[in-house]
Amino acid sequence: MSAPITIEINGEARTLRAPLTVRELLTELALPVERLAIELNRGLLPRTEFERALADGDRLEIVTFVGGG
Amino acid sequence: MSRRDPSPESALSDEPLRIGRHEFRSRLLLGTGKYPSHDVMRACHEAAATECVTVAVRRVDLSGREKSLLDWIDRGRITLLPNTAGCFTVEDALRTARLGREAGLSELVKLEVLADPGTLLPDPVATLEATRQLVKEGFVVLAYCSDDPILARHLEQAGAAAVMPLGSPIGSGQGINNPRNIRLIKDSLRVPVLVDAGVGTPSDVTLAFELGIDGVLLNSAIALARDPVRMAAAMHHAALAGRHGFLAGRIAVTEHGRASSPESGKIAAATR
Repeated sequence: MSAPITIEINGEARTLRAPLTVRELLTELALPVERLAIELNRGLLPRTEFERALADGDRLEIVTFVGGG
Repeated sequence: MSRRDPSPESALSDEPLRIGRHEFRSRLLLGTGKYPSHDVMRACHEAAATECVTVAVRRVDLSGREKSLLDWIDRGRITLLPNTAGCFTVEDALRTARLGREAGLSELVKLEVLADPGTLLPDPVATLEATRQLVKEGFVVLAYCSDDPILARHLEQAGAAAVMPLGSPIGSGQGINNPRNIRLIKDSLRVPVLVDAGVGTPSDVTLAFELGIDGVLLNSAIALARDPVRMAAAMHHAALAGRHGFLAGRIAVTEHGRASSPESGKIAAATR
């Protein structure tokens, strides 16, 4: 087991166990994969890359659809 | 002279609204924001018979307590149109559009790049730049813009699938401030023209369609009405009235009155 990592999710810093993939993080957060999209360090992270391991200092934006006009 | 079939259904036949590979029988596009509840929103979408609704892209609620809006949208019948609402730079609009495509698995995007939070007016230069980039990336761009006919032409040339001039500022309820420009825009473009933003009343919707435009997108006028579902139904009828009024062809405006009843066969006139 490696040392824990600190990442930023939607502007909030969180310290998490490592190694941890994006998909594992979504499972821990109980977020449904099919209705959201993710940016990693300001670039779109396609679903096909959700197995990627998170690194210390990564910044994630996890978004979904909400009401709007 | 052949008589037309007088049934209302056949008299009200129409082409679908075509945007990219999508076809919509309803020409009314609705928003999903500001309704009193998700249930009311769903009832409004049904009452307006809409087949396309806009949705915004925002950070998920990490507590997981928020219910997903999508559970109240019948995606078998309704197409999602992700928007870039609230973006003030080209970069943020591009990022939001890419996230919306990834979340919704659709290439449709309502592009909105605003100039400032005070006026909420679209930034024409940034909108044009973002349109060019998104078209390159394979998006079907519905470009929200000001009611400038030349800008509309530039957006079409940049590859926008539809151009959406504002009726008036977002959420203002002022209606169609410059109907002459809206008509000029419609007359000079080949892609669909939709009036987006500013609608307050059913008659605003009717007027928009009487100008010949292809669709109307509205949100606040329904969501914030005292009785949203009734207003949604009213907007549906208003859209049909305006659209078919346009297709039927209006009479010419004349300076003086023209009698509708025969001049001949009248009883002896009294002397004045």
